[in-house]
Amino acid sequence: MFYVSIFFQYMSQYVKTKLQYRTDLFVEFLSDLMFQGVNLIFILVVFGHTQLLNGWTRDEIIFIYGFFLIPFALFASFFNIWDFNERYIVRGEMDRVLTRPVHSLFQIVLERMELESLLGGITGLVVMGYAASRLHMTFHWYDAVLFVLFVLGGTFVYAGIFISLASISFWSDARSSIMPMMYNIGNYGRYPVDIYNRIIRYILTWILPFAFVGVYPAAYFLRKTEWYTYSFLTPVMGMVCFTLSVLLWNAGIKRYRGAGN
Amino acid sequence: MAKYIEMIRMRFLMMLAYRTNYYSGIFIYSINIGAYYFLWSAIYGGQSSIQGMTVEQMTTYVAIAWMARAFYFNNIDREIAMEIRDGKVAIELIRPYNYLVMKTMQGLGEGIFRLIFFSLPGMLIVTFVFSLQFTTNVHTWGYFTLSTILSFIINSQLNLLAGMVTFFTLNGEGLLRAKRFIIDLFSGLILPISFYPEWAQHVMHYLPFQAISYIPSMIFTESFTGDVAIKGMMFQAVWCVVLIVPIYLLWKAAKRKLIIQGG
Repeated sequence: MFYVSIFFQYMSQYVKTKLQYRTDLFVEFLSDLMFQGVNLIFILVVFGHTQLLNGWTRDEIIFIYGFFLIPFALFASFFNIWDFNERYIVRGEMDRVLTRPVHSLFQIVLERMELESLLGGITGLVVMGYAASRLHMTFHWYDAVLFVLFVLGGTFVYAGIFISLASISFWSDARSSIMPMMYNIGNYGRYPVDIYNRIIRYILTWILPFAFVGVYPAAYFLRKTEWYTYSFLTPVMGMVCFTLSVLLWNAGIKRYRGAGN
Repeated sequence: MAKYIEMIRMRFLMMLAYRTNYYSGIFIYSINIGAYYFLWSAIYGGQSSIQGMTVEQMTTYVAIAWMARAFYFNNIDREIAMEIRDGKVAIELIRPYNYLVMKTMQGLGEGIFRLIFFSLPGMLIVTFVFSLQFTTNVHTWGYFTLSTILSFIINSQLNLLAGMVTFFTLNGEGLLRAKRFIIDLFSGLILPISFYPEWAQHVMHYLPFQAISYIPSMIFTESFTGDVAIKGMMFQAVWCVVLIVPIYLLWKAAKRKLIIQGG
């Protein structure tokens, strides 16, 4: 209960500080939209030269992309820890975090939230809606429940991977230059994984399970029955990933030593 | 001149201290290029060529574009923005060198480091794993080298411009991010310019972005040869010169602005 109330208090503080600088907020919205636009343009341009991507149509790929944007937006809003090493370890900020009365990871989530990224979720819904109407898709009432579960699963898969990567900085003080690249690899989960060879498919499913953020859950709504097993695994994968990463984090915290003064 | 070379060296050594980091980077890069490789193979499907490029040329294009990016890419725009926010730039300005040249040299030091410790071993691994087409033509390699140097200059110039714009705005983060997306899209890094619709290609012909990635990569895959390659490099060279004008003007304005803020 304490966690919930403190979460909303941080949230309202955040909104207040953001509304102070409205032009900045606007520019950030715009740059987010551009980021989503870049990926959409890629799909559109590519399908200007081909009809099918290994049997998947343009609108199906667009639908997957729209779905992907929603868990990604949630992830980007609350688990913005890609620069954890520089921001907390190198500058010694972690000492302060550890003195706070909430779990250290939760404290960092609170401090680093970026609610404006949630807008990406709306973009995602619009993109999905566009694709769904072109595909004449139909939905059952329970699809809404599954949708929420899959979105949460995807969010936690993403969060788990990035928390694990951040935890590595407790062991080695290497700078976090691989983080931006991870964002790139995350993009490959948006395409039907059957286009990749076995190794990459395996990596995207079990090692860096980005496929559970895009193609697997979206395949359910596209009624691709052959992928259903993976689709329904999405919430499980989310939980497993997240739990493992928190365990790793807790183990790392024990090893943490302040970085000088 | 000696002091600038020293700056390249210092940045190089600084990067060297963090080199272990780059070994994991090579692995991630290889997955990245690998995934692109399959994505493009699927896009080609049965077609033997799209827009005059075969699937082998395309995958080579992608690999070389990302490897060249390691050389020309730098964060000097972010560094400038940060030094302005922290006020460090005031001290930099009274030091006996040109701040902008100094920043570019630091970027070059970083680029050379990544070229040696990242691009070359990365390229070696990628070539073993995927069937890429490497030319043995000496001219192509020569053109490619020259073209990549020009792309470094243009990319750095754009970074300087973006960094200086943050002199005038409170928070440049969104702006710098937007710039990165524009460069990724319009430089030809994720898609060759020739894939875009006619009208878009026409617009992009008047912008400097394709000089960053598209031209060197097309030269490397031998999609541009002979006169076309030389024309491409002329395009790059012209932009190198043209971009000096806004940099000069913005720098003058930025310095004036900074004096008002200080004191």
